[in-house]
Amino acid sequence: MTPHMLTRSLDRGATIFLLVVAALGVLIPLSNLLLPAGSFLQVPTYLVALWGKYVCYAILALSIDLIWGYCGILSLGHGAFFALGGYAMGMYLMRQIGTRGVYGNPVLPDFMVFLNYSKLPWYWYGFDVFWFAALMVLVVPGLLAFCFGWLAFRSRVTGVYLSIITQAMTYALLLAFFRNDFGFGGNNGLTDFKDILGFNVQAEGTRAALFALSCLALIAGFLICRAIVSSKLGKVLIAVRDAESRTRFLGYRVESYKLFVFTVSACMAGVAGALYVPQVGIINPSEFAPGNSIEAVIWVAVGGRGTLIGAALGAVVVNYAKTFFTSGMLAPYWLFMLGAMFILVTLLLPKGIVGTFNAWRDSSSERRPAEATRSAAAEDGVTEPKMAE
Amino acid sequence: MNVMDTRATSAMLYLDGVHVSFDGFHAINNLSLTLEPGEMRAIIGPNGAGKTTMMDIITGKTKPDEGTVLFDGVTDLTRLDETRIAELGIGRKFQKPTVFESQTVQDNLLLALNVDHSVKGTLFWRGSKAESERIDKVLETIRLTEARGRLAGSLSHGQKQWLEIGMLLAQDPKLLLVDEPVAGMTDVETHLTAELLKEINKTHTVMVVEHDMTFVRELGVKVTCLHEGTVLAEGTIDQVSSNERVIEVYLGR
Repeated sequence: MTPHMLTRSLDRGATIFLLVVAALGVLIPLSNLLLPAGSFLQVPTYLVALWGKYVCYAILALSIDLIWGYCGILSLGHGAFFALGGYAMGMYLMRQIGTRGVYGNPVLPDFMVFLNYSKLPWYWYGFDVFWFAALMVLVVPGLLAFCFGWLAFRSRVTGVYLSIITQAMTYALLLAFFRNDFGFGGNNGLTDFKDILGFNVQAEGTRAALFALSCLALIAGFLICRAIVSSKLGKVLIAVRDAESRTRFLGYRVESYKLFVFTVSACMAGVAGALYVPQVGIINPSEFAPGNSIEAVIWVAVGGRGTLIGAALGAVVVNYAKTFFTSGMLAPYWLFMLGAMFILVTLLLPKGIVGTFNAWRDSSSERRPAEATRSAAAEDGVTEPKMAE
Repeated sequence: MNVMDTRATSAMLYLDGVHVSFDGFHAINNLSLTLEPGEMRAIIGPNGAGKTTMMDIITGKTKPDEGTVLFDGVTDLTRLDETRIAELGIGRKFQKPTVFESQTVQDNLLLALNVDHSVKGTLFWRGSKAESERIDKVLETIRLTEARGRLAGSLSHGQKQWLEIGMLLAQDPKLLLVDEPVAGMTDVETHLTAELLKEINKTHTVMVVEHDMTFVRELGVKVTCLHEGTVLAEGTIDQVSSNERVIEVYLGR
């Protein structure tokens, strides 16, 4: 990323967003660690972990917005890339347990001893080293997305058909990971983690650091997405979204563009999953559930498709609501409320929260001299996209 | 790409014995047509005559069942996809104006410029003076300089048609396929469009599909009338419009 690409990509909204995330990333861990427990301003550790989860969801939402909001690829299987990144991190954490497991086997994780594995399966090799696991967090989701996308985009599978096969992909992975002989802990998944890079995953300091790292990853992901969408490539993506065959007739190889963003997006989702796992302490096949992926798309729709900031905001707002409503009397009705929220947003705020705000701001600025708006529009690299056709 | 040793024909575009059928319906039936370099040709014909299907074949959207389609005398277009054909230098304006509505007029032209279209090239693209000068020139030609910062979706129907022609100019292809450029335009706009196409024809080979006979007459070029996927008549506008069969199937008595 050249400095030129960075400066071009930052408008006022983006700058405010970055400052807020950076402030949260610094203040929440500091307040948790430095202030005395129980004090009014101290953020309790359970909240740090909870908000860390939201930040990971925000990264996932960002990755979905990059492909759906800007390129019109509606993936209903992005949870799979998130879960794969999570499993890669989980495998590292499992290998760190060492002899502290229930069975005390120095190499084999507990579930393998339990299932009578005689030696470590080959695909677990290398996961005891952090850098290898971190690399796999990017490579595994990225490679799957690349192969999947290469086949799908070259065959011009688009629209609802693509959505359906992404659902099938995550469901197939769900079934595979449920199997005990698949070698990833089956039904129970990977859990009972002890250390990450030598630090106790349960410790307050580690949790605070993981939270700060998640915020950093959100900032990095946001900057990458902004750099992509505000480049000329971003204009091509919007062109593909709005009129795919027209873009082809201009001489753009549409499938290469789709493959590029789809793969970048899958890597981002993988990073989100990898940061998520040590903070929640478990990864199991339910993360592949098709419903999870659909929920993530709803976050983006609620926050505002094609706005990036909206996607991150939507993830936090919807998940905050979920935490709030599923911890009280209303718990059994959460899914109905989620459904109602999606319907209401589609009907009343088709551009989502941020999209609606932007439209309102633009319409109020139109009352100012037309010339100013025109030059502003000419400078602004990215334009407001329309909601789904 | 199937490159032959020598040019098989001097024509810019050469169609011979082309057949296409969709589920038994013969959309194109033994169609043969040649377009010389620098020529402008008007294609007329009733609905369903195969005019748009012919453009689909030339631009690679539809593959013919049989027949030869040669571009520039050497390239067999039936083996290439849309992107390759566009790269070779065939531009197309659609019947329904298709511009990128949520992007500005100048961004539409920027996207159309025939520069590096690779993923890497566009990701690290930085505007150049030559590029913005070309965009300025096209904006002037299509009379949209004032509207350069406006979203393409907010343009009037006629302006969208022009923007799309402007995108073709930015693409600077050897052959322009223009499908119904004056549909829905006012008389003044129609006249200006005819002038614009004549201007473009000075440097480009053009094929125009149009129903508006006044417009075709104003272009003053050779006319081909299609009917049921084949050439019914060819010649000057007067020859074609006095042809008995053309009057019967298309112009009406």
